[in-house]
Amino acid sequence: MSGVAAVAVRGLVKRFGALEVLRRVSLAAEEGEVIGILGASGSGKSTLLRCINGLDHADEGEVIVGGETIAMRPCRGGGRVPAERRQLDRIRASLGFVFQGFNLWSHRTVLENVIEAPIHVQHRPRAEVVAEAEALLEKVGIAEKRNHYPAHLSGGQQQRAAIARALAMRPRVLLFDEPTSALDPELVGEVLRVIRSLAEEGRTMLLVTHEMGFAREVSDRIVFLHQGRIECEGAPQALFADPPSERFRAFIARWREERRLRGEL
Amino acid sequence: MGFLGETFLAILPGVPTTLVLMALSVAAGFVLAVLFALARLSGLPVIAPAVRLYVFVFRGTPLAIQMFLIYFGLAQFPEVRASALWPYLREPFWCAVLALTLNTAAYGSEIVRGGILSVPRGEVEAARAAGMSGGLLLRRIVGPIALRNALPAYGNELILMVKATSLASMVTLLEVTGLAARIISTTYRVFETFAVAAVIYLAINGALAWLVARAERRLSPERSGAARTGPDLGLAR
Repeated sequence: MSGVAAVAVRGLVKRFGALEVLRRVSLAAEEGEVIGILGASGSGKSTLLRCINGLDHADEGEVIVGGETIAMRPCRGGGRVPAERRQLDRIRASLGFVFQGFNLWSHRTVLENVIEAPIHVQHRPRAEVVAEAEALLEKVGIAEKRNHYPAHLSGGQQQRAAIARALAMRPRVLLFDEPTSALDPELVGEVLRVIRSLAEEGRTMLLVTHEMGFAREVSDRIVFLHQGRIECEGAPQALFADPPSERFRAFIARWREERRLRGEL
Repeated sequence: MGFLGETFLAILPGVPTTLVLMALSVAAGFVLAVLFALARLSGLPVIAPAVRLYVFVFRGTPLAIQMFLIYFGLAQFPEVRASALWPYLREPFWCAVLALTLNTAAYGSEIVRGGILSVPRGEVEAARAAGMSGGLLLRRIVGPIALRNALPAYGNELILMVKATSLASMVTLLEVTGLAARIISTTYRVFETFAVAAVIYLAINGALAWLVARAERRLSPERSGAARTGPDLGLAR
């Protein structure tokens, strides 16, 4: 399957009413590639991620996962919806999604959260799934919290549990939607450490984040979105050293200024 | 044995009728309530507005009148007397069950709808992102979360239903209240007799409230304070 992108979008357009949030975005992630997606709030980066796994439906363009295009059909009142529920469910199961707000299922313990979809969506044997889940919880460092309910965990622990939940599906691609934006500053590090270790394992990842320094370190490629378009992209070192776009230059200048104000440099 | 003891023993045979009235109508009413809530949330043309109208009518009219309409009223139509349902509709028991069911279905559908609406959007998105949809999503995520959010309100409805069964005495049924009224017609000891009946309802509802509280603790163990952890799934090293 070499040459087939793990996940790709072509000419993606998404409108919310009169507002065009995505304007013909095309992007492809090779197997094992880590793409950091940056941009100001409202630039469309979260919407891009949500369109990839069908939480939002693009009005135009294609989403292609492992060579398979998600079938869409027009719906009444404009816009499009997935044409085949089953195809979408199957493709979604191969895309691990990590939310800004964690979104663990509140009525299930940490371990139950992790084993839920592998057992009930993928129909894998329970014993195997539980063993794997235990190992994943160990890996993200919250094995001792396995029987706790999400309400009793810190934000950082919840997010690490959510990452374990995504990994339990053995996903082809991991999609991170601002995974540390809802965390208290002192909890950001523990989540970033987990994400970094996943990047180092060679997993395919799309990482939407405001953590620019982190994105620069872990990404193979940085994509900068501005008003729904890819303004510029490239290898992080080159892009940060010599921004090809005035807007990106201004964007990182603002970030550096903020860091200076917070005394981090 | 004193009068109170004798009255208690005389009313006791009405308890099974009260309980069966309640159990049948609550069981059927709950199924209808879930269907109605889903129909209303579906937003489908015709169906959703029809459910709204149904809830408006059954919530907005007295249960006693609904029972009278079904038991005394329907019999005046020859079509009803000729229908296959007549063997049921001429029985006060089934008329009471029907009225109670339709009534609790109306209230219950609003409670269930509120429960479903209270399910955090993000948790549903997480389920969808994991490949769940349709019945699986409803059974594993939306249903259980909605149920535990709706349970306190639904427990209230169950208690109201126990008390509502007393109206069945008005369509000649000899449940707890009906038996009490019959005893009064021969003994004229109104206060003692109804007081005994009241104590019986209180005992039933006490047991019911205990069961609901138990179910609440089971469904929401993390909210009860004591248990911070759930069941150990047994495969931990």
